[in-house]
Amino acid sequence: MKRWTLALAAIMISGAALAQKSASDGIAEYRAMLADGNPAELFEAKGEDLWKQKRGPKNATLEKCDLGKGPGVVKGAFVELPRHFADTNKVQDLESRLVTCMETLQGFNGAEIAKTAYGRGEQNNVTALATWIAAESRGLKFNLPNSHQQEKVMYEVGKRLFFMRSGTHDFSCASCHGEDGKRIRLQDLPNLTKNPGDGIGFAAWPAYRVSNGQMWSMQLRLNDCYRQQRFPFPLFGSDATVALGAYMGVNAKGAENIAPAIKR
Amino acid sequence: MADPMRIRAQAAGDKATVRVLMSHEMESGQRKDSAGKVVPAWYIQDVSASLNGKVVLTAEWGPAVSKNPFMQFVVKGAKAGDKIAVTWKDNKGDSRTDEATVS
Repeated sequence: MKRWTLALAAIMISGAALAQKSASDGIAEYRAMLADGNPAELFEAKGEDLWKQKRGPKNATLEKCDLGKGPGVVKGAFVELPRHFADTNKVQDLESRLVTCMETLQGFNGAEIAKTAYGRGEQNNVTALATWIAAESRGLKFNLPNSHQQEKVMYEVGKRLFFMRSGTHDFSCASCHGEDGKRIRLQDLPNLTKNPGDGIGFAAWPAYRVSNGQMWSMQLRLNDCYRQQRFPFPLFGSDATVALGAYMGVNAKGAENIAPAIKR
Repeated sequence: MADPMRIRAQAAGDKATVRVLMSHEMESGQRKDSAGKVVPAWYIQDVSASLNGKVVLTAEWGPAVSKNPFMQFVVKGAKAGDKIAVTWKDNKGDSRTDEATVS
Protein backbone atom coordinates (compact mmCIF):
# COMPACT_ATOMS: atom_id res chain seq x y z
CA MET A 1 0.00 0.00 0.00
CA LYS A 2 2.79 2.38 0.97
CA ARG A 3 4.68 1.56 -2.20
CA TRP A 4 1.57 2.33 -4.19
CA THR A 5 1.25 5.78 -2.59
CA LEU A 6 4.89 6.52 -3.35
CA ALA A 7 4.42 5.52 -6.97
CA LEU A 8 1.39 7.77 -7.20
CA ALA A 9 3.36 10.65 -5.69
CA ALA A 10 6.08 10.11 -8.29
CA ILE A 11 3.50 10.27 -11.07
CA MET A 12 2.05 13.46 -9.66
CA ILE A 13 5.48 15.10 -9.48
CA SER A 14 6.27 14.24 -13.07
CA GLY A 15 2.83 15.56 -14.01
CA ALA A 16 3.62 18.86 -12.34
CA ALA A 17 6.97 19.05 -14.15
CA LEU A 18 5.20 18.56 -17.47
CA ALA A 19 2.73 21.30 -16.69
CA GLN A 20 5.57 23.78 -16.24
CA LYS A 21 6.24 23.70 -19.97
CA SER A 22 4.16 26.58 -21.27
CA ALA A 23 1.54 26.14 -23.97
CA SER A 24 3.56 28.22 -26.40
CA ASP A 25 6.59 25.96 -25.83
CA GLY A 26 4.38 23.03 -26.71
CA ILE A 27 3.21 24.71 -29.89
CA ALA A 28 6.76 25.68 -30.83
CA GLU A 29 7.81 22.03 -30.38
CA TYR A 30 4.90 20.86 -32.53
CA ARG A 31 5.84 23.35 -35.27
CA ALA A 32 9.49 22.29 -35.15
CA MET A 33 8.44 18.67 -35.66
CA LEU A 34 6.28 19.60 -38.63
CA ALA A 35 8.78 22.01 -40.16
CA ASP A 36 11.04 19.12 -41.08
CA GLY A 37 8.54 18.06 -43.71
CA ASN A 38 6.87 21.37 -44.49
CA PRO A 39 4.52 20.72 -47.44
CA ALA A 40 5.17 24.34 -48.51
CA GLU A 41 8.15 22.77 -50.29
CA LEU A 42 5.73 21.13 -52.69
CA PHE A 43 4.26 24.53 -53.56
CA GLU A 44 7.76 25.96 -53.83
CA ALA A 45 8.68 23.36 -56.44
CA LYS A 46 5.43 23.99 -58.29
CA GLY A 47 6.00 27.76 -58.24
CA GLU A 48 9.51 27.41 -59.65
CA ASP A 49 8.17 25.30 -62.52
CA LEU A 50 5.39 27.80 -63.21
CA TRP A 51 7.91 30.67 -63.37
CA LYS A 52 9.91 28.92 -66.10
CA GLN A 53 7.00 27.38 -67.96
CA LYS A 54 5.58 28.89 -71.17
CA ARG A 55 1.92 29.54 -70.41
CA GLY A 56 -1.08 31.70 -71.19
CA PRO A 57 -2.45 33.10 -74.45
CA LYS A 58 0.97 34.60 -75.29
CA ASN A 59 2.75 31.31 -74.49
CA ALA A 60 5.47 33.07 -72.51
CA THR A 61 7.36 32.45 -69.26
CA LEU A 62 7.49 34.85 -66.33
CA GLU A 63 11.28 35.01 -66.48
CA LYS A 64 11.19 38.66 -67.63
CA CYS A 65 8.86 39.68 -64.79
CA ASP A 66 10.14 42.71 -62.87
CA LEU A 67 9.50 42.23 -59.15
CA GLY A 68 11.23 45.49 -58.26
CA LYS A 69 14.88 44.55 -58.66
CA GLY A 70 14.87 44.44 -62.46
CA PRO A 71 13.41 41.96 -64.98
CA GLY A 72 13.87 38.37 -63.88
CA VAL A 73 15.55 39.12 -60.55
CA VAL A 74 13.86 36.94 -57.93
CA LYS A 75 16.37 36.68 -55.09
CA GLY A 76 15.83 39.46 -52.55
CA ALA A 77 12.68 40.77 -54.26
CA PHE A 78 10.29 39.46 -51.60
CA VAL A 79 11.84 41.36 -48.69
CA GLU A 80 11.41 44.69 -50.55
CA LEU A 81 7.70 44.34 -51.36
CA PRO A 82 5.22 46.08 -51.44
CA ARG A 83 6.89 48.85 -53.41
CA HIS A 84 6.09 51.39 -56.12
CA PHE A 85 6.32 50.27 -59.75
CA ALA A 86 6.82 52.89 -62.45
CA ASP A 87 5.14 50.88 -65.25
CA THR A 88 1.82 50.52 -63.42
CA ASN A 89 2.34 53.71 -61.36
CA LYS A 90 1.05 51.83 -58.33
CA VAL A 91 2.33 50.41 -55.10
CA GLN A 92 2.01 46.64 -55.47
CA ASP A 93 2.59 43.66 -53.22
CA LEU A 94 4.02 40.35 -54.41
CA GLU A 95 0.75 38.82 -55.48
CA SER A 96 -0.74 41.84 -57.25
CA ARG A 97 2.60 42.28 -59.03
CA LEU A 98 2.56 38.65 -60.14
CA VAL A 99 -0.92 39.13 -61.60
CA THR A 100 0.37 42.19 -63.51
CA CYS A 101 3.21 40.08 -64.94
CA MET A 102 0.83 37.25 -65.85
CA GLU A 103 -1.29 39.81 -67.68
CA THR A 104 1.43 41.73 -69.52
CA LEU A 105 3.82 38.85 -70.26
CA GLN A 106 1.55 35.84 -70.57
CA GLY A 107 -1.70 37.50 -71.68
CA PHE A 108 -3.89 36.24 -68.84
CA ASN A 109 -6.88 38.33 -67.80
CA GLY A 110 -5.74 39.90 -64.52
CA ALA A 111 -9.22 40.97 -63.42
CA GLU A 112 -10.42 37.41 -63.99
CA ILE A 113 -7.62 36.00 -61.79
CA ALA A 114 -8.37 38.55 -59.04
CA LYS A 115 -12.01 37.41 -59.04
CA THR A 116 -11.14 33.70 -58.79
CA ALA A 117 -11.63 32.15 -55.35
CA TYR A 118 -8.48 31.33 -53.37
CA GLY A 119 -7.15 27.87 -54.00
CA ARG A 120 -8.81 27.57 -57.43
CA GLY A 121 -7.49 27.78 -60.96
CA GLU A 122 -4.93 30.49 -61.67
CA GLN A 123 -5.27 31.85 -58.13
CA ASN A 124 -3.69 28.61 -56.94
CA ASN A 125 -0.79 29.23 -59.33
CA VAL A 126 -0.31 32.78 -58.00
CA THR A 127 0.02 31.33 -54.47
CA ALA A 128 2.54 28.73 -55.65
CA LEU A 129 4.58 31.40 -57.44
CA ALA A 130 4.48 33.65 -54.36
CA THR A 131 5.63 30.70 -52.21
CA TRP A 132 8.65 30.06 -54.42
CA ILE A 133 9.57 33.76 -54.68
CA ALA A 134 9.33 34.16 -50.89
CA ALA A 135 11.50 31.07 -50.43
CA GLU A 136 14.17 32.55 -52.72
CA SER A 137 14.57 35.34 -50.12
CA ARG A 138 14.70 33.00 -47.12
CA GLY A 139 17.09 34.29 -44.46
CA LEU A 140 17.22 37.83 -45.88
CA LYS A 141 16.10 40.80 -43.83
CA PHE A 142 13.08 42.94 -44.64
CA ASN A 143 14.02 46.28 -46.09
CA LEU A 144 11.18 48.01 -47.92
CA PRO A 145 12.32 51.11 -49.81
CA ASN A 146 9.49 53.36 -48.47
CA SER A 147 11.02 56.32 -50.29
CA HIS A 148 8.61 57.07 -53.15
CA GLN A 149 5.81 59.49 -52.31
CA GLN A 150 3.15 56.86 -53.05
CA GLU A 151 4.91 54.31 -50.84
CA LYS A 152 4.78 56.78 -47.95
CA VAL A 153 1.10 57.43 -48.63
CA MET A 154 0.40 53.68 -48.66
CA TYR A 155 2.22 53.27 -45.34
CA GLU A 156 0.08 56.01 -43.75
CA VAL A 157 -3.12 54.55 -45.24
CA GLY A 158 -2.14 51.12 -43.95
CA LYS A 159 -1.56 52.53 -40.49
CA ARG A 160 -5.00 54.19 -40.49
CA LEU A 161 -6.66 50.96 -41.66
CA PHE A 162 -4.79 48.99 -39.02
CA PHE A 163 -6.29 51.10 -36.25
CA MET A 164 -9.72 51.64 -37.85
CA ARG A 165 -12.41 50.17 -35.61
CA SER A 166 -15.60 49.07 -37.32
CA GLY A 167 -17.98 46.20 -37.97
CA THR A 168 -20.45 44.44 -35.71
CA HIS A 169 -17.72 43.69 -33.13
CA ASP A 170 -16.13 47.16 -33.20
CA PHE A 171 -12.81 45.52 -34.04
CA SER A 172 -9.63 46.75 -35.66
CA CYS A 173 -6.44 44.90 -36.61
CA ALA A 174 -4.91 46.63 -33.58
CA SER A 175 -7.45 44.98 -31.24
CA CYS A 176 -5.48 41.75 -31.57
CA HIS A 177 -2.13 42.84 -33.02
CA GLY A 178 -1.55 46.15 -31.22
CA GLU A 179 0.25 45.13 -28.04
CA ASP A 180 2.81 42.61 -26.82
CA GLY A 181 1.94 39.36 -25.08
CA LYS A 182 -1.60 38.84 -26.39
CA ARG A 183 -2.99 35.56 -27.56
CA ILE A 184 -6.12 33.92 -28.94
CA ARG A 185 -6.63 30.56 -27.23
CA LEU A 186 -3.12 29.09 -27.47
CA GLN A 187 -1.84 31.19 -30.35
CA ASP A 188 0.53 34.03 -29.56
CA LEU A 189 -0.43 37.17 -31.42
CA PRO A 190 2.44 39.25 -32.79
CA ASN A 191 2.45 42.98 -32.19
CA LEU A 192 2.47 44.26 -35.77
CA THR A 193 2.75 47.96 -34.93
CA LYS A 194 6.53 47.45 -34.66
CA ASN A 195 9.11 44.87 -35.73
CA PRO A 196 7.69 41.70 -34.12
CA GLY A 197 10.98 39.80 -34.55
CA ASP A 198 12.54 37.41 -37.04
CA GLY A 199 10.11 35.19 -38.89
CA ILE A 200 7.01 36.49 -37.14
CA GLY A 201 3.99 38.12 -38.73
CA PHE A 202 4.76 39.63 -42.14
CA ALA A 203 8.03 37.65 -42.30
CA ALA A 204 6.26 34.26 -42.05
CA TRP A 205 3.69 34.33 -44.86
CA PRO A 206 3.05 32.63 -47.32
CA ALA A 207 2.64 29.71 -44.94
CA TYR A 208 1.25 26.18 -45.02
CA ARG A 209 -1.68 25.70 -42.67
CA VAL A 210 -1.58 22.18 -41.28
CA SER A 211 -5.11 22.29 -39.89
CA ASN A 212 -6.72 22.65 -43.32
CA GLY A 213 -3.88 21.50 -45.55
CA GLN A 214 -3.82 24.75 -47.52
CA MET A 215 -1.07 27.06 -48.67
CA TRP A 216 -1.95 30.60 -47.63
CA SER A 217 -0.57 33.75 -49.18
CA MET A 218 -0.48 37.12 -47.40
CA GLN A 219 -3.55 38.26 -49.35
CA LEU A 220 -5.54 35.28 -48.08
CA ARG A 221 -4.19 35.78 -44.55
CA LEU A 222 -5.45 39.39 -44.54
CA ASN A 223 -8.75 38.25 -45.99
CA ASP A 224 -9.10 35.85 -43.05
CA CYS A 225 -8.25 38.59 -40.53
CA TYR A 226 -11.11 40.63 -41.96
CA ARG A 227 -13.40 37.61 -41.87
CA GLN A 228 -12.68 37.18 -38.17
CA GLN A 229 -13.39 40.87 -37.59
CA ARG A 230 -16.75 40.43 -39.41
CA PHE A 231 -15.76 42.99 -42.04
CA PRO A 232 -16.73 42.62 -45.69
CA PHE A 233 -14.05 40.67 -47.58
CA PRO A 234 -11.42 42.92 -49.13
CA LEU A 235 -10.88 42.32 -52.86
CA PHE A 236 -7.79 40.42 -53.97
CA GLY A 237 -4.92 42.83 -54.50
CA SER A 238 -7.02 45.79 -53.39
CA ASP A 239 -5.35 49.05 -52.33
CA ALA A 240 -6.46 48.37 -48.74
CA THR A 241 -4.65 45.03 -48.50
CA VAL A 242 -1.55 46.41 -50.24
CA ALA A 243 -1.54 49.38 -47.83
CA LEU A 244 -1.70 47.02 -44.84
CA GLY A 245 1.15 45.04 -46.41
CA ALA A 246 3.16 48.24 -46.77
CA TYR A 247 2.48 49.14 -43.13
CA MET A 248 3.47 45.71 -41.78
CA GLY A 249 6.38 45.38 -44.21
CA VAL A 250 7.92 48.74 -43.28
CA ASN A 251 7.42 47.97 -39.58
CA ALA A 252 9.18 44.62 -40.04
CA LYS A 253 12.39 46.34 -41.24
CA GLY A 254 15.36 44.20 -40.21
CA ALA A 255 13.28 41.10 -39.46
CA GLU A 256 14.54 37.90 -41.04
CA ASN A 257 12.27 36.25 -43.60
CA ILE A 258 11.45 32.58 -42.88
CA ALA A 259 8.59 32.29 -45.41
CA PRO A 260 7.25 29.92 -46.53
CA ALA A 261 6.56 28.98 -42.92
CA ILE A 262 4.33 26.35 -41.35
CA LYS A 263 1.37 27.21 -39.14
CA ARG A 264 -0.90 25.10 -36.99
CA MET B 1 -0.33 13.78 -63.67
CA ALA B 2 0.56 14.11 -60.03
CA ASP B 3 3.04 16.68 -58.78
CA PRO B 4 6.55 15.46 -57.94
CA MET B 5 7.64 14.27 -54.50
CA ARG B 6 10.43 15.86 -52.53
CA ILE B 7 12.92 13.22 -51.38
CA ARG B 8 15.94 13.90 -49.19
CA ALA B 9 18.30 11.11 -48.19
CA GLN B 10 21.23 11.69 -45.93
CA ALA B 11 23.83 9.09 -44.96
CA ALA B 12 25.20 8.94 -41.44
CA GLY B 13 27.45 6.02 -40.50
CA ASP B 14 26.21 2.79 -42.06
CA LYS B 15 22.67 3.98 -42.59
CA ALA B 16 20.75 6.76 -44.29
CA THR B 17 17.72 8.72 -43.18
CA VAL B 18 15.21 9.28 -45.97
CA ARG B 19 12.54 11.97 -45.78
CA VAL B 20 9.77 11.98 -48.35
CA LEU B 21 7.11 14.59 -48.90
CA MET B 22 4.32 13.54 -51.26
CA SER B 23 1.84 15.81 -52.97
CA HIS B 24 -1.60 14.23 -52.71
CA GLU B 25 -5.13 15.28 -51.80
CA MET B 26 -5.76 12.19 -49.60
CA GLU B 27 -9.55 12.55 -49.60
CA SER B 28 -10.97 10.27 -46.94
CA GLY B 29 -14.34 9.77 -48.60
CA GLN B 30 -16.04 11.00 -45.42
CA ARG B 31 -16.31 14.68 -46.32
CA LYS B 32 -19.16 16.42 -48.08
CA ASP B 33 -18.84 19.33 -50.49
CA SER B 34 -20.82 22.59 -50.31
CA ALA B 35 -23.69 20.94 -52.22
CA GLY B 36 -23.93 18.17 -49.62
CA LYS B 37 -22.56 15.46 -51.88
CA VAL B 38 -19.90 13.08 -50.57
CA VAL B 39 -16.45 13.87 -51.90
CA PRO B 40 -15.24 10.53 -53.31
CA ALA B 41 -12.34 8.85 -51.53
CA TRP B 42 -8.98 9.43 -53.20
CA TYR B 43 -5.93 8.33 -51.31
CA ILE B 44 -2.58 6.61 -51.62
CA GLN B 45 -2.88 2.85 -51.14
CA ASP B 46 0.55 1.45 -51.79
CA VAL B 47 3.94 2.92 -51.06
CA SER B 48 7.26 1.30 -51.78
CA ALA B 49 10.85 2.42 -51.55
CA SER B 50 13.92 0.88 -53.09
CA LEU B 51 17.65 1.24 -52.66
CA ASN B 52 19.55 0.87 -55.96
CA GLY B 53 16.56 -0.99 -57.41
CA LYS B 54 16.12 -3.40 -54.46
CA VAL B 55 12.88 -2.96 -52.54
CA VAL B 56 13.55 -1.99 -48.92
CA LEU B 57 10.12 -0.84 -47.77
CA THR B 58 6.50 -1.48 -48.69
CA ALA B 59 3.50 0.00 -46.96
CA GLU B 60 -0.26 -0.12 -47.31
CA TRP B 61 -1.90 3.20 -46.58
CA GLY B 62 -5.49 4.18 -46.06
CA PRO B 63 -7.75 7.21 -45.93
CA ALA B 64 -6.58 8.16 -42.40
CA VAL B 65 -3.23 9.44 -43.68
CA SER B 66 -3.06 13.23 -43.94
CA LYS B 67 -3.07 15.42 -47.03
CA ASN B 68 0.42 15.94 -48.52
CA PRO B 69 1.89 13.09 -46.44
CA PHE B 70 5.37 13.09 -44.95
CA MET B 71 7.23 9.80 -44.50
CA GLN B 72 10.58 9.21 -42.88
CA PHE B 73 12.55 5.97 -42.64
CA VAL B 74 16.08 4.70 -42.11
CA VAL B 75 17.85 2.38 -44.56
CA LYS B 76 20.74 0.25 -43.37
CA GLY B 77 23.75 -0.01 -45.63
CA ALA B 78 22.94 3.02 -47.79
CA LYS B 79 25.96 5.17 -48.65
CA ALA B 80 26.43 8.51 -50.39
CA GLY B 81 25.78 8.19 -54.11
CA ASP B 82 23.22 5.38 -53.76
CA LYS B 83 19.85 5.82 -55.43
CA ILE B 84 16.65 5.86 -53.41
CA ALA B 85 13.42 5.56 -55.38
CA VAL B 86 9.95 5.97 -53.89
CA THR B 87 6.70 4.98 -55.58
CA TRP B 88 3.12 5.54 -54.56
CA LYS B 89 -0.08 4.29 -56.14
CA ASP B 90 -3.51 5.66 -55.26
CA ASN B 91 -6.98 4.12 -55.32
CA LYS B 92 -7.70 5.72 -58.71
CA GLY B 93 -4.76 3.83 -60.19
CA ASP B 94 -2.61 6.94 -60.54
CA SER B 95 0.99 6.50 -59.49
CA ARG B 96 4.22 8.40 -59.28
CA THR B 97 7.87 7.47 -58.85
CA ASP B 98 10.66 9.83 -57.88
CA GLU B 99 14.32 9.20 -57.28
CA ALA B 100 16.96 10.87 -55.14
CA THR B 101 20.65 10.33 -54.53
CA VAL B 102 21.89 9.73 -51.00
CA SER B 103 24.13 12.58 -49.87
